[in-house]
Amino acid sequence: MTNSIGEIKDCDYLFVIGSNTTEAHPIISLEMRKAKNRGATLIVADPRKTEIAELADIHIPLKPGANIPLMNVMCNVIIEEGLYDKEFVANRTEGFEELKEAVVNFTPESYAGIIGVPADVIREVARGFAKASSAAIFYTMGITQHTSGTHNVLAVANLSMLTGQIGKPSSGVNPLRGQNNVQGACDMGALPNVYPGYQAVTDSNNKEKFSSTWGLEQSAKVGLTVGEMMDEAHHGNLKALYILGENPMLSDPDISHVQQSLENLEFLVVQDLFLTETAMLADVVLPGASFAEKDGTFSNTERRVQRVRKAIEPLAGKADWEVIAEILTRMGYPHEYCSASDIFDEIAKVTPQYAGISYSRLEQGSLQWPCPTADHPGTVYLHSGKFSRGLGKFTALDFEPPAELPDEEFPFVLNTGRRLYHYHTGTMSRRAKGLSAIYGEESIEINPADACRLSISNGDMVKVSSRRGSINAKADITDRVPQGMVFTSFHFSEVAVNFLTNSARDPIAKIPELKVCAVKVEKAC
Amino acid sequence: MADTVTLTINGQKVTVPAGTMVLEAAQQAGIDIPTFCHDPELSRPGACRICVVEIKGWRNLPPSCVTAVTDGMEVETESDAVVEARRTILELLLANHPEDCMTCQKFGDCRLADYAYRYGIRNTAFIGDKTDFPVDESSAVLYRDMNKCVLCGKCVRVCAEVVGRNVYDFTSRGFSTKVAPALDVGLGEIDESGCVSCGSCVAVCPVGAIVEKNMIGKARPWEVKKVKTTCPYCGCGCGFDLNVKAGKVIGVTSNPDSEVNGRHLCVKGRFGFDFIHSPDRLTSPLIKKDGDFVEVSWEEALRYTTSRLKEIKAQHGGDAMAVLSSARCTNEENYLMNKVARVAFGTNNIDHCARL
Repeated sequence: MTNSIGEIKDCDYLFVIGSNTTEAHPIISLEMRKAKNRGATLIVADPRKTEIAELADIHIPLKPGANIPLMNVMCNVIIEEGLYDKEFVANRTEGFEELKEAVVNFTPESYAGIIGVPADVIREVARGFAKASSAAIFYTMGITQHTSGTHNVLAVANLSMLTGQIGKPSSGVNPLRGQNNVQGACDMGALPNVYPGYQAVTDSNNKEKFSSTWGLEQSAKVGLTVGEMMDEAHHGNLKALYILGENPMLSDPDISHVQQSLENLEFLVVQDLFLTETAMLADVVLPGASFAEKDGTFSNTERRVQRVRKAIEPLAGKADWEVIAEILTRMGYPHEYCSASDIFDEIAKVTPQYAGISYSRLEQGSLQWPCPTADHPGTVYLHSGKFSRGLGKFTALDFEPPAELPDEEFPFVLNTGRRLYHYHTGTMSRRAKGLSAIYGEESIEINPADACRLSISNGDMVKVSSRRGSINAKADITDRVPQGMVFTSFHFSEVAVNFLTNSARDPIAKIPELKVCAVKVEKAC
Repeated sequence: MADTVTLTINGQKVTVPAGTMVLEAAQQAGIDIPTFCHDPELSRPGACRICVVEIKGWRNLPPSCVTAVTDGMEVETESDAVVEARRTILELLLANHPEDCMTCQKFGDCRLADYAYRYGIRNTAFIGDKTDFPVDESSAVLYRDMNKCVLCGKCVRVCAEVVGRNVYDFTSRGFSTKVAPALDVGLGEIDESGCVSCGSCVAVCPVGAIVEKNMIGKARPWEVKKVKTTCPYCGCGCGFDLNVKAGKVIGVTSNPDSEVNGRHLCVKGRFGFDFIHSPDRLTSPLIKKDGDFVEVSWEEALRYTTSRLKEIKAQHGGDAMAVLSSARCTNEENYLMNKVARVAFGTNNIDHCARL
């Protein structure tokens, strides 16, 4: 997030796109309610009528993949009506003419159909966003898990820069991160193209810095993303994989392909709390430690670095950091870490954004990066006065339909996401008695009109199939989903929806298109 | 209007911003006034009257939570009249309160008991009927005994004003007044009650009327070690206290100092911790031998793992190896995984589940 969670309540215009905030980020949704109670306008763009969509002043039920059209049309209206922030555009951005040209044909009338609301409503939203004293965009996987994911995010950036709605309190671009430490894992360089602190591996200065810090010549060749790892394993080029606390056998698209890939490895090590679907395929399984059993830090969606404190001894005798450090030593790279705090000190040395953070400071309270020095108070919102790259760059974008759209054989769009009561592949949440008692069985949402046409009653078992596989689940007949769409979560192995999903990826970020694939729905015998 | 106001509380001069309530002025001066219905995060009904004070020149005893300070005001927080009024309120509450403190989950952390102790209420003069509401055990995570409720209404307000669900309200009148979901359905009938089981009502309840079901009978407050930590579920980064007894996590309770969320949590954060002590937890490393997993020592597992990894590196090179790190693990662990890939394996083949 460029803003902080605490700033949301003071925001005047909230534009939420592709985020089921009340279920996936419940505490952030409370802040949105506070803003709404104060009189803020809430716009929600989502194909599904989620709880946050019902709370909205305007719900835009856009067609799957219609994110760029919506934002391009908003830019078109804002430019056409002269509502853009001319001073911001002149002083802080480049490429305005290219944007202007790219959106010229994106008139509200020509795209109202796939955006799902009348042209005048789109105009109203565009005007409201541009004129608000503070407007912020909130998004999650609803816009990123598409083959156009990177461009969807760039479209968000276009809109915020065009209106100068960024780099101010309660005003900015706010991806809500879905996992407790997904922000931190990225910050720490658990990515194939960057070292800790987003320092590109292709940059010779960075390569030199880390070669000297770690005492080993570093490679400038960008590594493989998770989807590419699976492909390379499938081809037999990747031989060994060490997986820590992940369950790609449920979370990744096209599970059959994932399974073949993992089985094709010469050596698979999995470190996890449980014998997960993925761990079952491993050659060695190392027991993991839960968050209650170790010291450390998590970085949340607003870049806030917070302590995780050991409350009980590790059940298997070792915290994960101890196991990893021991593997490093046994591989010939001895370490000198006596505690998690020692590791953090090394992180602070090599990661500019974390340079001013230490465990002793975190005892006084959390800190938001960038925090470059020991006396820096941390950063509440980003891009004040200047963007990281200097001038903000507009990108000309065109409508890119999803890779696999419904056809005669597979007439429905399958959308996937989360439920309030569960998390990711359910390894943790499904073992919580209360959560399982409340939500113990997954179903598939289908619109009443579609259900009626297919003679499906509420609770009937249905078979949902794509080109890659099929699953059975109970039908939940609800108008939360529009006609022509079915929806379920990826939390339940019994309803492993990723057998169906498409592994087609965004060419830049390599994110799979988990939000759109074509399926057919039949009553199961 | 002046920006600040100076008043006297229990003979002590106190200067506070204009508009401050007497209760908060006293708190700033380190003077404790009992409260049931007051909560700084919620609207102020001024209903329970336990916070009454005596103000020189005023005819009655005003509730300090909704009485704004004025210049030169002289306040007494524990005068004879105030204490008598509080004792009467407590006697009235205790007259209709179950006498099962011994087994009450709130024992040791109960405001009603604290104030009864503070004002020495042993017996109540008001003998009469007691309410006999059925206990609501329908929720999978919350236990509600409305016979213990003091009708402060904080659960009603937190659910309406913060959580936005409006699950609770006062039902009936007079002696029969009870806080309940619409049509008095069980809280656990979530389709009707609308409850999302976040437990913010537990976090504000001053007595044992609403408690966490999973903590009942597990520990007394003084046996519990509270360890402040960060939630392992979504990216909000909520803080809470793990409640630990004898090396076991027995529950999660709000920590009001949490920067992101204050006392509020979602159902996963507050009630999603059973996995820690799940019988399914792996406690020993496993090596697959002839297709079956065999339990081995850490020494054997790590020796075997690293020797296989070294063989593959020697035979195929680092780029034939990869690491999938974890968005569930700590920064420190992710940093080390990044070293496993880039130093021990010698490849940039590292990723995690950020795209999923």
